[in-house]
Amino acid sequence: MLSRLLNFICVGCCLLGSTIPAAADQPFILLQSTTSTRNSGLYDYLLPMYQKFSGVVVRAVAVGTGQALANARNGDADVLLVHARNAEEQFVADGYGVRRFDLMYNDFVIVGSNTDPAQIRGLNRAAEALQRIARANALFVSRGDDSGTHQKERALWQDAKVDAVAASGTWYLETGSGMGATLNIAAGRSAYALTDRATWISFQNKQSFEILVAGDPKLFNQYGVILVDPERHPHVKAALGQAFIDWLLSSAGQNAIAAFKVGGEQLFYPNATR
Amino acid sequence: MNDSASAFATAVQLIGDFDAALLEIIALSLRVSLSAVVLGALLGLPLGAALAIGRFRGRQALIVCVNTLMGLPPVVVGLIVYLQLSQSGLLGWLHILYSPAAMIIAQLILVTPIVIALTRQFIEDADADYDEELRSLGVRGWSKLVTLIVEVRYSLVTVVLAAFGRAIAEVGAVIIVGGNINHVTRVMTTAITLETSKGNLSLALALGLVLMFLALGVNAAAATIRHFAPKVAYA
Amino acid sequence: MLDLAVCESDAKDARRAPSILPLSVDGLVYEHAGVRIIDNISLHIEAAGCTAIMGYNGAGKSVLVRLLHGLLTPSAGACRWAGNFDANEIARRQAMVFQAPVLLRRSVAANVEYALRIRSFNGERRAQRLEAILQETDLLSLRDRPAAVLSAGERQRVALCRALAIEPEIVFLDEPTASLDPAATVAIERILARAMRAGRKLVMVSQSVGQVQRLARDVIFVHRGRITEHTPIEEFSTQPRSEPARAFVAGELFE
Repeated sequence: MLSRLLNFICVGCCLLGSTIPAAADQPFILLQSTTSTRNSGLYDYLLPMYQKFSGVVVRAVAVGTGQALANARNGDADVLLVHARNAEEQFVADGYGVRRFDLMYNDFVIVGSNTDPAQIRGLNRAAEALQRIARANALFVSRGDDSGTHQKERALWQDAKVDAVAASGTWYLETGSGMGATLNIAAGRSAYALTDRATWISFQNKQSFEILVAGDPKLFNQYGVILVDPERHPHVKAALGQAFIDWLLSSAGQNAIAAFKVGGEQLFYPNATR
Repeated sequence: MNDSASAFATAVQLIGDFDAALLEIIALSLRVSLSAVVLGALLGLPLGAALAIGRFRGRQALIVCVNTLMGLPPVVVGLIVYLQLSQSGLLGWLHILYSPAAMIIAQLILVTPIVIALTRQFIEDADADYDEELRSLGVRGWSKLVTLIVEVRYSLVTVVLAAFGRAIAEVGAVIIVGGNINHVTRVMTTAITLETSKGNLSLALALGLVLMFLALGVNAAAATIRHFAPKVAYA
Repeated sequence: MLDLAVCESDAKDARRAPSILPLSVDGLVYEHAGVRIIDNISLHIEAAGCTAIMGYNGAGKSVLVRLLHGLLTPSAGACRWAGNFDANEIARRQAMVFQAPVLLRRSVAANVEYALRIRSFNGERRAQRLEAILQETDLLSLRDRPAAVLSAGERQRVALCRALAIEPEIVFLDEPTASLDPAATVAIERILARAMRAGRKLVMVSQSVGQVQRLARDVIFVHRGRITEHTPIEEFSTQPRSEPARAFVAGELFE
């Protein structure tokens, strides 16, 4: 009696859950990517374009970089698109991905209140800006979540020869959150933060904040795209996934990426080499 | 606060516009949470009643466990369900990760302990009053269970509404197992999270108000049914 | 003055032969939380009329009647019913009315029907029995009233109706009219008298000597978990054998 009830529950759940009107019949692939990429609006623009071209729906799950990598490792994705080069290469080396391709880049910027207490405006070396912030004990908000952005930030502190983590909880605040949440906190505390330009441009809660430091080549943010290895996870839709990657790397995809603008500004710069 | 005022206006406008995207999200929210609650009630009402009238070794310990499970953190449930439904998990072969079915399962796990624990309390209180009489009449076991459930049916409506409140309001579980995928698994709470992370605070707040209107609607509907039900109750 | 003399020859034979009565009780003991509430009681209860159980508060009357009805399990001793019936059949031929009636949240008729359904009265037989018992207990006019809005007297009448509906051989009653006004008490007693005339056995706990004189044939006096006497009513009212009983009838306290 109990097992019949459990059976009924399982079937009931699946039935109730699976009757999705539009998306159920169309072929789809799962893309694991990051919240910053999604929040920029790129996927809302690009994925319908691809669907029209190929008839395949790309379902984008946007989480933190670390989580995207973990999900892909578990086989819960067909394609992985993040911006953490070292982690991506490790992913392929460990046998979870077929091959990593450069896809596009944007840059990171340091934003802060227009009052700029540490006086970093206009500097073209990120390391120097961070040193000034540390010396002034000015508030700095970090994502602290091992994301691509966070890894880049850590590298910059290392460059500046400042141990920011030691000051965690005083002038250095680690939110452990996504880019949007972190920016909300930075805006609320009038603190500095490192963010990718794309997220910043589409961020709606800027208050009195501006881009203070940009242009340093060290602030370069490279995106990579990887097909999850079907030999590791046999159920991966390898053909459909590869088709999507091929399109992204083709001139059609690259041009589409370049054409994506928010507020008249281009957010991503395609740089696939084929 | 500037945000609140514009948020209320936005909320009213969103509802009035019958914005298609919003309607899609509302429909999915209701489908997922109502399904979870209905299944949770089918499971939880008899289990709670059985726990109330049963006498067996370890009963007190089980009651403590169930009461504790009422406070399961949604994000923890989401994580555990994700790990099972993941391709690397035990139930990966079901292929239901990132679908509404997964969300229903996660919410089912969240609401069932609530239904069991509260039903247990109501039935136990009723049992104290009815036990002697029912035993004298020769009513036992399943028959007694059904009789008691029918007796406290109005209190049980409140239990189900509490479960619904929990389901419709949570985000931790559905965001992990659903993935907040546009047009597929995006519900009210995950949409609010998304807009917040984009810094669209007044839109997020407006969606929050819409969500509360939704919950209000469900509760009002339940109250209306309850108002008319007594006329039918003396069959 | 209600004339309730019961002649065996007048009794309609409502008892299904063979019967579970007479009841023999042997060395009944009931202990709870270290306290011996019923201390070695032996009884013989005949098949006819009404047997009253009397005693001071805390004597163990309510516990005794629940032991006889099977709601409590004795720590020692046994109740031996007549005939060779299994436990289920013995239980089916009994009913009980409690001091505070417990009714379901439904109409009067639905409450009685509930009991009939439990006891497997089906279809035509159930409908007919329902009509008959509602009429006998004067509840036809109240049949569709929700039980929750009835007065105390009406509720007890419904409880009694429900108990009698299932055609029991024996009905246990635990101070059924203790909380009722005189008018309601008369109504209940009238129904009880009718039930006895139909051949049903009553075992009734009562604190009222007057009520016992009106209805009962014999009296069991319980004091501190023991039976001090079991005598016919005429003897009990005029000359109780035991000290506690004497004090009780005289309306005095007894330590």
